[in-house]
Amino acid sequence: MNQINVLTKGFIKENPILVLVLGTCPTLATTSSSMNGMGMGIATTFVLVGSNVVISMLADLIPDKVRIPAFVVIIASFVTIVDLLMQAYVPGLYDKLGIFIPLIVVNCIVLGRAEAFASKNSVFSSMLDGLGMGLGFTMALGVLGAFREIVGSGSIFGFKFIPGDGILIFILAPGAFIALGYLIALINKIKKA
Amino acid sequence: MAKTESTFKNMVLSLTLISLAASASLGFVYQFTKKPIELSNLNKKLTAIRQVVPEFNNNPDKEMYRLPTGDGDSLDIYPARKNDEIVGYAVNTFTKKGFSGNINLMAGFKPDGTIFNISVLEHKETPGLGSKMNDPAFRNQFNDKNPTSFELKVKKDGGPVDAITAATISSRAFCDAVSRAYVTLQKGGKK
Repeated sequence: MNQINVLTKGFIKENPILVLVLGTCPTLATTSSSMNGMGMGIATTFVLVGSNVVISMLADLIPDKVRIPAFVVIIASFVTIVDLLMQAYVPGLYDKLGIFIPLIVVNCIVLGRAEAFASKNSVFSSMLDGLGMGLGFTMALGVLGAFREIVGSGSIFGFKFIPGDGILIFILAPGAFIALGYLIALINKIKKA
Repeated sequence: MAKTESTFKNMVLSLTLISLAASASLGFVYQFTKKPIELSNLNKKLTAIRQVVPEFNNNPDKEMYRLPTGDGDSLDIYPARKNDEIVGYAVNTFTKKGFSGNINLMAGFKPDGTIFNISVLEHKETPGLGSKMNDPAFRNQFNDKNPTSFELKVKKDGGPVDAITAATISSRAFCDAVSRAYVTLQKGGKK
């Protein structure tokens, strides 16, 4: 597989949210605004790249029978590092996302990529794979968050352009399902065309 | 390099090594971020104090003192002065009645006991429901109310407080924290 393909397949063709439908829990929970969605996406991208690189380096050293616990320890360490760094340097964003950061540990995308890609491929392609998947995830979360923010509160990135309340349901959990459903339908349409 | 065999020795060894490396790197990052985290927490505290009391020009963090709540705990009181005259008290209060975990608030009172403003420091409530206690729509209803006439109870319990939709427990907890601050401050006397 060529390297550019490894990087870009996460954007549309194998987008973790819209095509593989992995990690929907943090997706639905954090996309109530575009800023939150993007922040969560970037944090996840960092964890994905870090864990993919380390796991692909160690893949041959880890005995098969204990590979899942080993992967989980590595992923959890990266998540805790992100958690501490965010707390120290971007306290504003941490206030909003703090409760979701530990959830990245159980995000199926991270473990899924470790198992399906990083443990079988070279360090460099694993890094590209993590980056591509992370950016695809960030993109999906950003689009979903922007859509929910525009419809739900009439603003984008906190900048309000429609006065009033908007359609409140899109900020709440059911709106996340509705918006995600339409987005997946749209991507399927584009992929078939 | 050949794949490591799944023998008992190899499994124990590799997991131990990975855990050791993980804990070592975490320890390093923790040490490295400890100072900035403390600093940002202190800033957060001072910002919170500034939000909940009238304008002041002393350092409330230095004059902080503790008052017992009466049930074995104590609260941090930050007196705010302007030109040596007390303009308000910021009380770092908490409740254990939250929907999930403790809630930490900074409640500001004027010298006569009227609530000036309230700010949420820390909570683990349901995002999108209980987390709305930080929205001005909910917490501003307490401003300029004196708890002697404004009972700190949600409407469901016969009080005047408008609870957050679908988060009555969080709203009750919020009231509990504010009333703990008020009672402690009134009982403990002022400096």
